[in-house]
Amino acid sequence: MEHNYEKEYGCLMLKMPRELDHYAAEFLKEEADALLLKYPVRSLVFDFSDTEFMDSSGIGVIIGRCKNVRFSGGYVKAVRLNEQIQRIFQLSGLKKIIEVE
Amino acid sequence: MEYLANEMKMEFLALSSNEGFARVAVGAFLAELNPTVDELADVKTAVSEAVTNCIIHGYEQKEGSIWIQCRIEGQQMEISVIDTGKGIRDIEKAREPLFTTKPELERSGMGFAFMEAFMDEVEVVSKPREGTCVTMRKTIGKA
Repeated sequence: MEHNYEKEYGCLMLKMPRELDHYAAEFLKEEADALLLKYPVRSLVFDFSDTEFMDSSGIGVIIGRCKNVRFSGGYVKAVRLNEQIQRIFQLSGLKKIIEVE
Repeated sequence: MEYLANEMKMEFLALSSNEGFARVAVGAFLAELNPTVDELADVKTAVSEAVTNCIIHGYEQKEGSIWIQCRIEGQQMEISVIDTGKGIRDIEKAREPLFTTKPELERSGMGFAFMEAFMDEVEVVSKPREGTCVTMRKTIGKA
C-alpha cells in the first residue's frame, strides 16, 4: 500500500484520505501504526487538506493515534480542515482533545 | 412550488466498501430537493453512520444485506436503513453519546449522536436476533 506521508525533524505528517469513513479508517489505522512503529517521532500531524468527508469512524482513528503518541510523550495536531470537517471536530468534542490549526 | 413525492429502495451487501456508495446514492436521490452543501453533508454523514452500524454491529462484519428506503414529500425526507442482523438489546444505552460495545475496534460511540445532530428526528426499532431499522427525518430548506 502506498504511504502518504512526510517526515522531517521528528515530525510525521499524515495525509488523510478524501473520504474518512469506516472503510478508509481501517486502512489508515494500519498505515499510521506501521509508520509510527518505523519512525518513533515526537509529533504527529494529521493533514486534512484533501478530506471532504468524515464520520464518527474517523474520530476513533484519531483518538486512538493520539493515545499512542501521547503515551510516549509525543504531540498531536490536525491541520487544514475544511468547514465540514471542522463541524465534525466541534460536534464530537475532538476540538478539545487535539490542537487544530 | 410544485409538490413533490418520490420514493426509492435499494439493497446492497454489508461491506464497508459500500458505505461510500450508500451515502452518495441517497445524496443523489435528494438532489431534486435542492439541498445546500451543508444539508447534503449532514444527510450523507447520518447515512454513513447508520450503514456503518449495520456492518459493524448488526452483522459484526460478517455476511448480510442492508436495505435503504427513502421517501421525499414536499421538502421533507425520510430515510430508513434496515438490517436483519443481531439487533440492539438496549436501544436507550446504544443512543448515549460515547457508548460503544466495540471499544477494541476504536469505535468512538458517536454514531447515533451524529445521526441525531445532523437530522431532525431519529427513530430506532430493533429486536434481538431479528434486526434493526433506523428511520431518520429531515426537512430541507428550513433556514
